[in-house]
Amino acid sequence: MADININTVNKYFGDVHVIKDVSLDIKSQSFTVLVGPSGCGKSTMLRMIAGLEDINSGTISIDGQVVNDLPPKQRNIAMVFQSYALYPHMTVFDNMAFGLKLEKRSKDEINERVNEAARILQIEDYLQRKPKQLSGGQRQRVAIGRAITRKPKVFLFDEPLSNLDAALRVQMRVELAKLHNELEATMIYVTHDQTEAMTLADDIVVLDTGIVSQKGSPLELYDKPNNMFVGGFIGSPKMNFISSKILSKSSDATEVDIMGMSKISVSKMSASSSEGDSVTLGIRPEHLVVNGDSDGSWESKVFVVEKLGDVTYLYLEKDGEPLVAETEGHSEIKVGDTVKVGFPAGRCQLFDSSGQAFK
Amino acid sequence: MNKVYDKIFKYSLQMIVIIFCVFPFYYSVMTSLEGSSAVFEPNFFPTEINPKNYNYLLFEHNFPQTILNSLFVATVTVSISITISYFAAWSLSRVNFKGRSMFLFVILAISMFPQIAVLTGMYQLFLNFKDFYFNIFDLRVKGVTSLLWLCFTYTMFNIPFTVWVLTTFMKGVPKEIEEAAIVDGASSFLILRKIFLPIMTPAIFTTAIMAMIAVWNEFLFALTFTATNSDRTITVGIALINGTIEYEVPWGSIMAASVIVTVPLVIITLLLQGRIMSGLTAGSIKG
Ligand SMILES: Nc1ncnc2c1ncn2[C@@H]1O[C@H](COP(=O)(O)OP(=O)(O)OP(=O)(O)O)[C@@H](O)[C@H]1O
Ligand SMILES: [Mg+2]
Repeated sequence: MADININTVNKYFGDVHVIKDVSLDIKSQSFTVLVGPSGCGKSTMLRMIAGLEDINSGTISIDGQVVNDLPPKQRNIAMVFQSYALYPHMTVFDNMAFGLKLEKRSKDEINERVNEAARILQIEDYLQRKPKQLSGGQRQRVAIGRAITRKPKVFLFDEPLSNLDAALRVQMRVELAKLHNELEATMIYVTHDQTEAMTLADDIVVLDTGIVSQKGSPLELYDKPNNMFVGGFIGSPKMNFISSKILSKSSDATEVDIMGMSKISVSKMSASSSEGDSVTLGIRPEHLVVNGDSDGSWESKVFVVEKLGDVTYLYLEKDGEPLVAETEGHSEIKVGDTVKVGFPAGRCQLFDSSGQAFK
Repeated sequence: MNKVYDKIFKYSLQMIVIIFCVFPFYYSVMTSLEGSSAVFEPNFFPTEINPKNYNYLLFEHNFPQTILNSLFVATVTVSISITISYFAAWSLSRVNFKGRSMFLFVILAISMFPQIAVLTGMYQLFLNFKDFYFNIFDLRVKGVTSLLWLCFTYTMFNIPFTVWVLTTFMKGVPKEIEEAAIVDGASSFLILRKIFLPIMTPAIFTTAIMAMIAVWNEFLFALTFTATNSDRTITVGIALINGTIEYEVPWGSIMAASVIVTVPLVIITLLLQGRIMSGLTAGSIKG
C-alpha cells in the first residue's frame, strides 16, 4: 500500500513560483501519468515526491505518513532520471546492483534480480560494459533497470522511454504495464508521448505552468476536457478551436453559429454565459465528418493533404480560422478541392472566453 | 600548394617551441655529464661522458638526504591538503550554506597572497612552535621540527589552491549522479567514497601533481625555516652546493642535482598521464 497525497504544495526557485498550490491524491498501485508542456514543473513534482527538492509549503504524504522531512531513502521510492544519471565508473551490472548492495541483499538475490531486470529490458549482453560504451537507448534502459531491481513501493519515471526507437518504445511500454501489475507498486510517470499517456495511465494529470489543469482517466480527459488547455493538450493532432457566438440558450443546450454558415445546438450549458457571448467551439479532427451529413457544416478549400496510410489529414482554412479534419486513408481529395465538413453536435465542446468548458 | 606551406609553418612553429622549452634541460643534462673544465667550453654535444658529478652528489655529499626530506615534505603536504580539500570541495560544491560564494572568493583571494608578505610572521610563529615542540615532547631531533613546520606552512599555502581546483571539478559532476545514489539509499559519506572518489580520481591526481610540483620547487620558506644541512630540502640543497675552491661555481654538480630532482617529477607525470583528466563522467548523462 502506498497512497500518495499531495496537499496544497508550493515550490519556489528563488523568486520563480514553479509549483502553485498543487493538490493531488494518487491511489495506491495506480499508474499516474503527468503531462504538460516543457517547463511546466513535471520533473520538479517528481523530485519533490522523491525528496530531492524541498517544498516551500504544503505536505506530501506517502502511505499516510507525512514525508516532508524524510530523506529519499526512507521514502521507499525509486526514480528514473530524465538525464539517466548512471554511475559512469561502474559496469551496467554494478549500476543496477548498487541499491541492492546498499540494502545488504545476498549475492544470489542480487544476481537474480539484476539478471531478471536485464532480461526484461533486453540489456543482458551489456551487463559488463560501462555506460560510455552504450547507446542512448541502452543507457536509458539501464536507468530503468536500476529502478526496477529495487522493487520499491513507489516508482517515479521521468520520460523513461524518450530515447528509444518506435518499436522498442512500444515493447518497453508493454513491459512497464506488465511490471506495474506484477510489482503492485504506485507509479508516477512523466511523458511527452500521447500514446504512452493514454495507454499506460489509470489517471492522467495535466500540468499547466505549475497548476493542475485537470486530473482524470484518459478517456475522461479526451471526452470532457475541463478547459481549452487540456482540450488542446490531449489528443494528436490537436483539437480544432473555432471562434463562435452564442445565438440562444435553452434549458439544456446552447445554440452557437459556425462561421455564419450554419448553427448547431450543443447540449452543454454554462450558467454564467448569455446570448451574444463569444465562445470557442472545440472539435477533434477525427470527429469532423468530411463530405457527409451532420448537424452543422462548414465549407472550405483544402490547403494541405497529409496521407499517413491509415488516415488522411486535411488542412483547411476559412477567414483566418484553421481547421484540421481527418478522413479515410485512401481519400481522393486533393489540394485545392472544396470540401464540406460536418460538425456532429455530440462531439463539440464549448469554452467560454476564459477557456473554461461548458458542462 | 597551400597545404604544404601550412604544414611547414605548423611544424616549424612547433619546433621552435620545443627547442625553446627543451634546450635548457638538454643543456643541463649535457653539462652534468661533463668534467669540471669541459663545462666552460660551450658545445652542443658532450665531449666526454663523465659520471663524476653524480658520484659526488650521491655518495660524497648529503644530497640524498635532501631528496628524502623533500619527498617527506611533499608526501605529507600533498596527502593532507588533498584529503582536506576533497571534503571541502564537496561541501563547497554541493551543500548549500549561507556565504558559500563569499567563502570561495576568500579562498581565491588567499591563494593569491604572496609568500613574502607572511614570511616574518611565519618565522616568529616557527620560533614559538619550536619552543612548544621542544617543551612538550622533549624531542630534540634536529630537522624534524623544521620539516614538520614546512609541511604545515606548505599545507596552508596549498589548501586554497587545491580546494579551489577540486571544487571546480566537483561542480562539473552532474548533480543527478549524486541524487541517483541518494535515492538508491547511499549516505553522504558513502557517496563521497563510492561515487565521487572514482569519478574524481583523474582530477585528484591532476591536482596532486600540481601541488606536489609547487612543494618540490618551493625555495623561500625552505631556506628560511631550515638551519642545518641535514634538514635541507632539494631546492636549498642545490643552492648551497659549493665548489672545490671558494671562487668556483660548481656548474657540473648543480646541473647533475637539477637533473636528479627533475627525474621523479617527469616519471610521476608520465606514469599518471593516462589518468589525468580522462573523461570524468563520460556516458553518465544524456547528451
Ligand atoms: N534548480 C532550479 N533553479 C531554478 N529554476 C529551476 C530549477 N529547476 C527547474 N527550474 C525551473 O522550474 C520550471 C519547471 O522545471 P521542470 O524541470 O520541472 O520542468 P519539466 O516540466 O520537467 O520540463 P521538461 O518537460 O522540459 O522536462 C522551469 O521553468 C525551470 O526553469
Ligand atoms: Mg523534466
